[in-house]
Amino acid sequence: MAIAVAPDRTSVLPGRITNATLASFVRSVPSVDEVGVEERVASLATRSIKKDSKMDALLLAVRMMDLTTLEGKDTPGKIAQLSAKAIRPDPVDPTVPSVAAICVYPAMVPYAKQSVEGSGVKVAAVATYFPSGQLDTKAKLAETASVVAMGADEIDMVIDRGAFLSGEYFRVFDEVRRVKEICDGKARLKVILETGELGTLDEVRRASMLAMAAGADFIKTSTGKVQPAATIPVTLVMLEAIRDFENATGVQIGMKPAGGIRTSKDAIRYLVVLSETLGPRWLTPDWFRFGASSLLNDVLMQIRWLKTGRYQAGDYFTKD
Amino acid sequence: MTPRLEVKKTYKLYINGEFPRSESGRSYPALSADGDVLARVARGSRKDLRDAVRAARTAQEKWAAKSGYNRGQILYRIAEMIEDRASAFAEQLAAGGLTTARARREVGESVDRMVWYAGWADKFIQIFGNLNPVAGPFFNISAPEPTGVVGIVAPETPAFLGLVSRLAPVIVSGNAAVVVASESQPLPAITFSEVLESSDVPSGVVNILTGSAEELVPWLADHMDVNAVDLAGASAEVTLRAQEGAVHNVKRLVGKSGYSDAQSPYLIAAFTETKTVWHPKGL
Amino acid sequence: MAKNLPAPKSLDWAYAPSRESTDIVKLEGRYGLFIDGKFRAPLSRKYFQTVNPATEEPLAQVASANAADVNRAVKAARAAFDNGWGDLSGVERAKFLFRIARMIQERSREMAVLETLDGGKPIRESRDVDLPLVAAHFFYYAGWADKLEYAFPGLKPEPLGVAGQVIPWNFPLMMLAWKIAPALAAGNTVVLKPAETTPLSALLFAQLASEAGLPPGVINIITGAGETGAALVEHPDVDKVAFTGSTAVGKRIATSLAGTDKRLTLELGGKAAHVIFDDAPIDQAIEGVINGIFFNQGHVCCAGSRLFVQETIHDRFVEKLKRRLNTLRVGDPLDKNTDVGAINSAEQLARISELVEAGQEEGAEMYQPACELPGNGFWFRPTLFTGVSQSHRIAQEEIFGPVLSIMSFRTPDEAVEKANNTPYGLSAGVWTQKGSRILWMADRLQAGVVWANTYNKFDPASPFGGYKESGFGREGGRHGLLAYLKGLDE
Repeated sequence: MAIAVAPDRTSVLPGRITNATLASFVRSVPSVDEVGVEERVASLATRSIKKDSKMDALLLAVRMMDLTTLEGKDTPGKIAQLSAKAIRPDPVDPTVPSVAAICVYPAMVPYAKQSVEGSGVKVAAVATYFPSGQLDTKAKLAETASVVAMGADEIDMVIDRGAFLSGEYFRVFDEVRRVKEICDGKARLKVILETGELGTLDEVRRASMLAMAAGADFIKTSTGKVQPAATIPVTLVMLEAIRDFENATGVQIGMKPAGGIRTSKDAIRYLVVLSETLGPRWLTPDWFRFGASSLLNDVLMQIRWLKTGRYQAGDYFTKD
Repeated sequence: MTPRLEVKKTYKLYINGEFPRSESGRSYPALSADGDVLARVARGSRKDLRDAVRAARTAQEKWAAKSGYNRGQILYRIAEMIEDRASAFAEQLAAGGLTTARARREVGESVDRMVWYAGWADKFIQIFGNLNPVAGPFFNISAPEPTGVVGIVAPETPAFLGLVSRLAPVIVSGNAAVVVASESQPLPAITFSEVLESSDVPSGVVNILTGSAEELVPWLADHMDVNAVDLAGASAEVTLRAQEGAVHNVKRLVGKSGYSDAQSPYLIAAFTETKTVWHPKGL
Repeated sequence: MAKNLPAPKSLDWAYAPSRESTDIVKLEGRYGLFIDGKFRAPLSRKYFQTVNPATEEPLAQVASANAADVNRAVKAARAAFDNGWGDLSGVERAKFLFRIARMIQERSREMAVLETLDGGKPIRESRDVDLPLVAAHFFYYAGWADKLEYAFPGLKPEPLGVAGQVIPWNFPLMMLAWKIAPALAAGNTVVLKPAETTPLSALLFAQLASEAGLPPGVINIITGAGETGAALVEHPDVDKVAFTGSTAVGKRIATSLAGTDKRLTLELGGKAAHVIFDDAPIDQAIEGVINGIFFNQGHVCCAGSRLFVQETIHDRFVEKLKRRLNTLRVGDPLDKNTDVGAINSAEQLARISELVEAGQEEGAEMYQPACELPGNGFWFRPTLFTGVSQSHRIAQEEIFGPVLSIMSFRTPDEAVEKANNTPYGLSAGVWTQKGSRILWMADRLQAGVVWANTYNKFDPASPFGGYKESGFGREGGRHGLLAYLKGLDE
């Protein structure tokens, strides 16, 4: 897989970028057989991890977490508590590492920045009129600019699904490209495809390629506000798209499943699929994140079970 | 020493995998052949029926989506569970006037009938579906699909075999059912609902109401979200009334000539719709 | 509050040897023949050994049936047929078969472990594929036993009598189910000979059948090698012969049946074409190809052993295949993480090695992942060959191992012509998005089973069998009953 030329994501793009040429590009993405995907996922579900590796996997899952709160009722107080948890997830065990980031609404970014300062935990903010994206481009770009100005380390934007599903590929592409311009050098860009609204795995794969070609640093499954959110089949399809994209362009892209990942067993299954599809280079918070909230406590419980040999209870872990 | 006081069972309706009393609060006595009160059972109302139809509709899609193999296994399990409770059923049938021997035989026949229909689940499509050799470069296939929600008027007698004989062919293909049980001998039907509950049958696939057929069947027949009604157990008057009501959403009506003891895959087919699909064959 | 943990930037982890325990299996030192409801010492007084091909350790001694033993078994089957099984009502036969199906489900894990020990296939396959299909087959045919009058319009169903059945070592219990379930459902009695390298699951099955209360003589299991099989198929009181195995032996059997009025069905070898068009769902096609040739170490009659890739995507497809080959785990079949298990025997390993050498000599380019193989046992790395031509031995002869021969094509006509250019005709695979093309290809492929956008799918309701030298007759589905009833296919 060695590439002789420098990584260049535009190498997959047509020479002239118009809606028509982007439509051709999107349609050239290989189709996906849903039944085949489900079978592959099922066969990977039976993989069994070594006990030592399991502890490493659980600690990695913690380090990969974007601890999330995206509620209308979020307040500075809530953010402070979440940040404390993000920095020190297990009150009793200081060897449990911090999570990768906290993920919050734009208005909460200043409080988040304050609460995690000096800890290494990043601040990820949603943008582009999350979760619906149903607003004019200019307003969405302005929102992004202000969030970047507030110092967010990562931006989780949503694509315009209405535009995607009605074939306005240029609009989708252009919004991602322009958000990336605003972010570039200051914040890493995750692009949320909202796979639960796209309808088929074919569309998921197409949206993935479009987002990556346009500038995504990460592609992300969901806002968490729509069911279904992340699933392993959707994740597998996106990882395969990432693999094809790197083969074609030399550019490495990260992946984040978000929403609906509740148990350690789920998390490990995701990591197995990741490892089998993309290999060890992606097994790091730089290239893979879990968008989750309740997952963290389940992982902490499993870590403690591995350390003590006793099944755990919820009361021994904090609910922030 | 006084004999131990028995804790007698309350017989309720079976709707959506639960055992509610009738929302009307009514009940009536189930009598033995000698006129003794065996127990009181719920007198189902039109609202109970409405709830049952809703439960059936909700459950039907997933039931139909199961493989034939899976449904066959579930029906086989129902048979296992009936077998396990054979003496309870036999007692109830005997109370209705049968000799013990005849009652036991009826229970055995009910088990075997359920097993017979269980075996059709992954086969009836091979009999009633087929490729059609149309004149043109087309793949053309016809296959039966379950019609949806089916109302069943269970025969007054045989009180258990009759119910099993009419229910099994309906649900084996993926329909959900709302059953109006035998009014004169309702106990086997409610005991049967307990069997269903322990047999991996998903909630809502089978719903059983006790009460008056004369009162309930018109509501069933008029219901716009019921696709078919089996009238084999209905009296002539009830049948006529049902035929008039069924017209409104063009229900399929089966069993107009009454109940017979036969088992047949054609009874399965009666509650299916045939779908034919075309696809060109070419480059 | 700073959190400076010196965590590694990325992680390289290992799958556990997640070994299924063999405690659940209770092996006897020595097994007799199961005749007329009991295990009996062979009249031949001879025994042979069966070994675990992953370790070469001996597992048990198994009886070697001679002609006298075969005769005893056939007599028992005949008596059972004449004295009741043939006249037993369908519903009672059905209930026996349902009972057996249930018992198989209950002892599934035990049977799966035994199958893996004796044959070398990964426990994940024996547990998740073989055993569920075994139970399903008995369930399916149980349901036909009392419905035979509906199966074939105008035919009054009558059983044939005694069926002599010989099965191979690649899916021992599953092949047993494919043979015994329809035979019994139709009212016949059977004498079955499992393959000499994999007799144990059949012997365990015999125990189950007798626990199910099956009348003595309805099922008889006789172990032995080629001679035992020949004695069985040639026995004059066998009404029907069913054989699954190599085309060479199948032809010998057909020869020995000439002049008799025994009914015969054969399920023989294959060299299936697996055709990938450029509009295929590529990543799922890769999985399909991998499954098609490496499932069960390629010991599969319908294995997709000849890959035809449309030239426009050939190089990219082969790169993805090679990458995927490198993630296959070869090793201890009892390890739940193993993908590719042991080769069934030293003989089979020699055959595979010989053909692979021929492939290299004839000029095809070989690729194998650099995986470590265990010391003891019979092993072969998953292998693919590119630059293969139709005339190469590896494109013509059935290898029956984890070896894929890859060729390219340009047009559908060419794909069909090359796919059909073989004396075999068991199965074929087609991958394309275009429905009309699937149906066009299916119409033209001379194969008894066509898989489109999938591969290696089996179901008791789905008929399976070959065209041409892959045999005749179908197993599975309503069609599978034809072989065991009178009045058809004379």
